Amino acid sequence: MRVLHYWRAMAGIVGRELLRFLHQRERFVSALVRPLVWLFVFAAGFRAALGIAISPPYETYILYEVYITPGLLGMILLFNGMQSSLSMVYDREMGSMRMLMVCPLPRWFLLCSKLIAGTAVGVLQCYAFLGIAWLYDIQAPLPGYAWILPALVLGGMMLGALGLLLSSFIKQLENFAGVMNFVIFPLFFMSTALYPLWKIKESSVILYTLAQYNPFSQAVELIRFALYEQFNQQALIFTGAAFLAFMGAAIVGYNPSKGMMVKKGGGG
Amino acid sequence: MQKITISGFCAAALFTAAAHAETVFVSLEKDNAIAVVDPVDAKLLKTLPVGQRPRGIALSPDGKTLFVATSDDDTIRMFDAETLKETGKLPSGEDPETFALSPDGKLMYVSNEDDSEVTVIDIAAQKAVAKIKVGVEPEGIAVSPDNRWAISASETTNMLHWIDTKTRQIVENTLVDPRPRAASFTADSQQLWATSEMAGTVMVLDSASKQIVQTIKLEVQGVTGDLIQPVGVAIDKDRRYAYVAMGPANRVAVINAQTYQVEKYLLVGQRVWNLAFSPDQSRLYTTNGISNDISIIDLAEHKVTKSLAVGRYPWGVAVKP
Repeated sequence: MRVLHYWRAMAGIVGRELLRFLHQRERFVSALVRPLVWLFVFAAGFRAALGIAISPPYETYILYEVYITPGLLGMILLFNGMQSSLSMVYDREMGSMRMLMVCPLPRWFLLCSKLIAGTAVGVLQCYAFLGIAWLYDIQAPLPGYAWILPALVLGGMMLGALGLLLSSFIKQLENFAGVMNFVIFPLFFMSTALYPLWKIKESSVILYTLAQYNPFSQAVELIRFALYEQFNQQALIFTGAAFLAFMGAAIVGYNPSKGMMVKKGGGG
Repeated sequence: MQKITISGFCAAALFTAAAHAETVFVSLEKDNAIAVVDPVDAKLLKTLPVGQRPRGIALSPDGKTLFVATSDDDTIRMFDAETLKETGKLPSGEDPETFALSPDGKLMYVSNEDDSEVTVIDIAAQKAVAKIKVGVEPEGIAVSPDNRWAISASETTNMLHWIDTKTRQIVENTLVDPRPRAASFTADSQQLWATSEMAGTVMVLDSASKQIVQTIKLEVQGVTGDLIQPVGVAIDKDRRYAYVAMGPANRVAVINAQTYQVEKYLLVGQRVWNLAFSPDQSRLYTTNGISNDISIIDLAEHKVTKSLAVGRYPWGVAVKP
């Protein structure tokens, strides 16, 4: 009976998120337009930028578009994670958060459900993006498209957990611009999404170190290797650990007696 | 006794290696060596010193002898293709760069760039039997599979010279686009494909009329025209596709040999010069001079599967079944 409760709650939360996603067609389009602009416009200018060296998992010379694709999948997951965090703040302002929080199930479970819901949406966007990239002649080996699923899920959960953690800090919707400037941009630009590590090292060792330990880099590398049927253990451990850390902190953050809710005057 | 066991073991190892894959030989211009590569496992097996500045490389039609033009030694060396022991030298004349074998493997035609000559060598006798005057700076050379024509391309005169293999006389000269580099016949000997390094074109000639029937301009989006310098050309045995190495454009052009349309440009290493098919024509190997590697292209999908470091300045490539 209890299991059924859990199931019903999760189905409700995931269903609501997916429904919201399907109804907000602009959101779907805009979520795809962002990485596509990067692919078609930004990457096109740097087509031959990487023609000099081969770094794993690649076994031959690649065009920049091919390199940037896993990074753009990471971008989709990152924006999606932050978007769900935004929606949490929105829910809080609108009052539907209160409805969720009075549900007689453990808070961590509700937060996890929320996370799974957000990740499911992100993974769908990623596959839609890969489909368009395929038509643009960015084609990975077919089994790679299956291997990539667990990598996308873990990466999406990790970035979603970071979003949840942030949403426990954000009081109002307007603060999202801050998230953009202080979280999304540094995470994205100081990572291996746009340039390989050896290229970053050429310009700055500090940047190289930051990029190496950036959890977003690790998620991107996990996805990149999986897409080429390879397993990157270091990236898996790092991404998994980052997920547990962010999730733990988010659960504490959403605890009304201990976390950020108290400081915000019980905003939930 | 121990020696016998060891050599027996080595022979067994060699046999298993030979059983599952072809061997690719790559001449390394700067390392004065050839690289021996297993292309299926994509592994460099060994590097073998051969003489100074090895460039042109080819295997005899029976697959038993490997010929390497060691340009700075002014000779073409012969090696046993199994043991890679040197078996002889051919009097190629000065600075041999490229050469072609007659289909029966008896004669060799060598371009002598500095003397504006083609030297014909009797391989068995290891002797030069004829010297034919051609245009200035002859480089590309090819013999038609029906053994009717030997073609010499002279880079400065901008001509393809049609040499009758029986009389060893030039029968016709065809004026082509500037700096013709390489030429290759189709398997049926009906067409000759030649590349122009300066015009960035591939020309298709009809063997009967000896005239150009098609000129294909190679253009890559975002790559300036001066970098498009086509060199090596290879046509598959059914004349479905022709492949052209595009030098500093770092790409191999995939040309539909029926419609003469370029279907694809495949990114390979830097300054790609020469090409060779695997015996079953399922793969194509390219030598990338500046990036010091070879690229392996899957021809069923037209995809580059691997680029493998082999040594400094890979120049020519030959494949032993």
